[in-house]
Amino acid sequence: MPTTLPRPTGTAATGARGAEPAVSIAGVSKTFRLPHQQYTTLKERALHPFRSTTYDELHAVQDVSLDIAEGEFFGIVGRNGSGKSTLLKCIAGIYRVDTGRISIAGRLSPFIELGVGFNPDLNARDNVVINAIMLGLSRKQAMRRFEDVVAFAELEGFMDLRLKNYSSGMLVRLAFATAIQVDAEILLIDEVLAVGDAAFQQKCFEEFFRLKREGRTIVFVSHDMFSVERFCDRAMLMEHGCVTKVGDPRVIGRAYHELNFGKLAHDAPAEEPSASGTAITEAWFEKSGGERVTSASQEDALSMCFEARVAEDLHDPVFAVTLRTELGHTIVVARSDQHGRSSGSFKAGESVVARFAIPNWLTASRYLLTPSLAREGTGDAALALVADMASIVIHGAATGGILELPVDFELERL
Amino acid sequence: MSTLPDIGLPTPTRRPPASHRVYGPSALGGGLHRFWSLTFMLARTEFKLRFFGSVLGYVWTLVRPLMLFGVMLFVFTVILNINKNNKTPHYPEYLLASLILFTYFQETTSGAVPSLVGRENLLRRVRFPRLVVPLSVALFCLFNLCMNLTVVFIFILASGIDPRWSWLELLPLVGLLVIFAAGVGMLLSALYVRFRDVQPIWEVFLQLLYYGSPILYTVQTAAKHHFLNIPFSRILVLNPLGAIFTQARKALLQANAPSAAAALGGASRLLIPLGIIAGVFALGLWYFNREAPLISEKL
Repeated sequence: MPTTLPRPTGTAATGARGAEPAVSIAGVSKTFRLPHQQYTTLKERALHPFRSTTYDELHAVQDVSLDIAEGEFFGIVGRNGSGKSTLLKCIAGIYRVDTGRISIAGRLSPFIELGVGFNPDLNARDNVVINAIMLGLSRKQAMRRFEDVVAFAELEGFMDLRLKNYSSGMLVRLAFATAIQVDAEILLIDEVLAVGDAAFQQKCFEEFFRLKREGRTIVFVSHDMFSVERFCDRAMLMEHGCVTKVGDPRVIGRAYHELNFGKLAHDAPAEEPSASGTAITEAWFEKSGGERVTSASQEDALSMCFEARVAEDLHDPVFAVTLRTELGHTIVVARSDQHGRSSGSFKAGESVVARFAIPNWLTASRYLLTPSLAREGTGDAALALVADMASIVIHGAATGGILELPVDFELERL
Repeated sequence: MSTLPDIGLPTPTRRPPASHRVYGPSALGGGLHRFWSLTFMLARTEFKLRFFGSVLGYVWTLVRPLMLFGVMLFVFTVILNINKNNKTPHYPEYLLASLILFTYFQETTSGAVPSLVGRENLLRRVRFPRLVVPLSVALFCLFNLCMNLTVVFIFILASGIDPRWSWLELLPLVGLLVIFAAGVGMLLSALYVRFRDVQPIWEVFLQLLYYGSPILYTVQTAAKHHFLNIPFSRILVLNPLGAIFTQARKALLQANAPSAAAALGGASRLLIPLGIIAGVFALGLWYFNREAPLISEKL
């Protein structure tokens, strides 16, 4: 991943300009009615004119209010079905809002996804023109900018190839290259950066920074916390159609991960953890001497520890720890059954401390420990799990890798 | 198509100096230029896909109406001998011309029915005036019609009819046909989003229209029969398609054939088929406009 690009600073654009916001959302709600039958027919209407159709209501967006300043790079994150794409479609004018109002200052891009209208049976040349017209360019403008699109996508020589013969990476490059030709002051983008090879991603990032420098306002929906934290001035977390949090993208990124991990524990036990009574009471890091620490240097050997209270008789339960970065990337997973070892039998009411000693090869950063306990042979279903229960900060050198493995260096002169 | 009425809808992409409100999708909003370029682009793409994909391309679309024409001609003039003693001069040319015009109506309306559902991928991802979708079908079929009409004219010239000024009458007649077909198309495409049995119902209705319009026969043939003392010919010409085909026959083939007005028994009665065309178009536009904001979520 490129590390040379400047990271936007904090909340600089948070309405600081005092001008009117580029996007102003006030009390917007959107509910979808999902009828129980798939389709209604005229026949039914004729035979049962007074039968009312039954439907479920899906409150996709509920009472969202938000101002996005001009020139701001604004990220919207949330799990699938949290309403972020629906909100984006409401801003774009693809869905009509039920209540509230959305105001826009400036020209708004009419699309939210890349490659809209691409047709696999036509060649790239035709598709670029079609796509550009969909994005709001005229035919002439589309023709004029065609060369730029081809050059940016690096697809010279593939222009007469039908799109169905394109690889997915080429398709995305073509779509992205066309999309950035749009003449809009406010861009709405749904999930774009997850694709393409590393070199092209870098190019896309640079393009984003160019758009940003030009003072365009970008509202950007993503699952990828890395790009949200990298580009966005501000971000928003959505859950069940409501705004959970608006603020610094790093804070929002953490909140998003917490949201996801919370779900993990939910999925986990077959019965309620409180019902079984088995619980993890404490988790901590230890240095080799047994001293509990919240920070350590790279020389110190570390143990990841937790204490659990067993509320039922258990034979050979699985103790496990997961060490993750703040972004949620898993670095270490350690399990007591890793090498076919038995953990023994435990009586109800016993307390037990589990220790996992590791050589400290972690790079300088902050790490979070998730302890868990499961019955024997139950796979991933945990009896007790507490996400990110303890944390540790590692000091020392950061070479840029995620681990600082001991390296023996030698030269052999020939 | 360029004279779409301004029915006072908000136009989200025009930029007033201050901020403006975003309304949902609409039938027409977004400016006439974008409307036209989108309609043309969709029609053109459809055309390209249809004709550049296969080796023989255009030939195939001509084969269908020409085959039908050949079969009809054989059945009606040879087997049934409907045109005994050549009572209907230029019967084959009339059959071909009205068949081609009817094919336009049929293709536009039955193509428009599933058009919105088929364009789901666009409707859910881009803001654009929703009316573009059914109208692009009408435009695409108009391209076809223009090509088919050249074949009709080749047949007419080959049958020994000399070019005449009254051929120009075909332009307003085709114009009326397009308005009528587009009106039906708008109505049905929006209805289909709600009611999925519109498609089979409309297919049956098209069959009725096919035999209920003077295609295989002329209004003169039908004049002998009466319904409640009204000659059948008048009833046929109340149908806008009947009026258009009858007038086209006079303009293209036979100057002494009855005009639509004569077949109706008075020029003022032309207001009925014209009124139907205008009424259907207005109804289609009104209904489509009413449904437009919700189309993308009801697909």
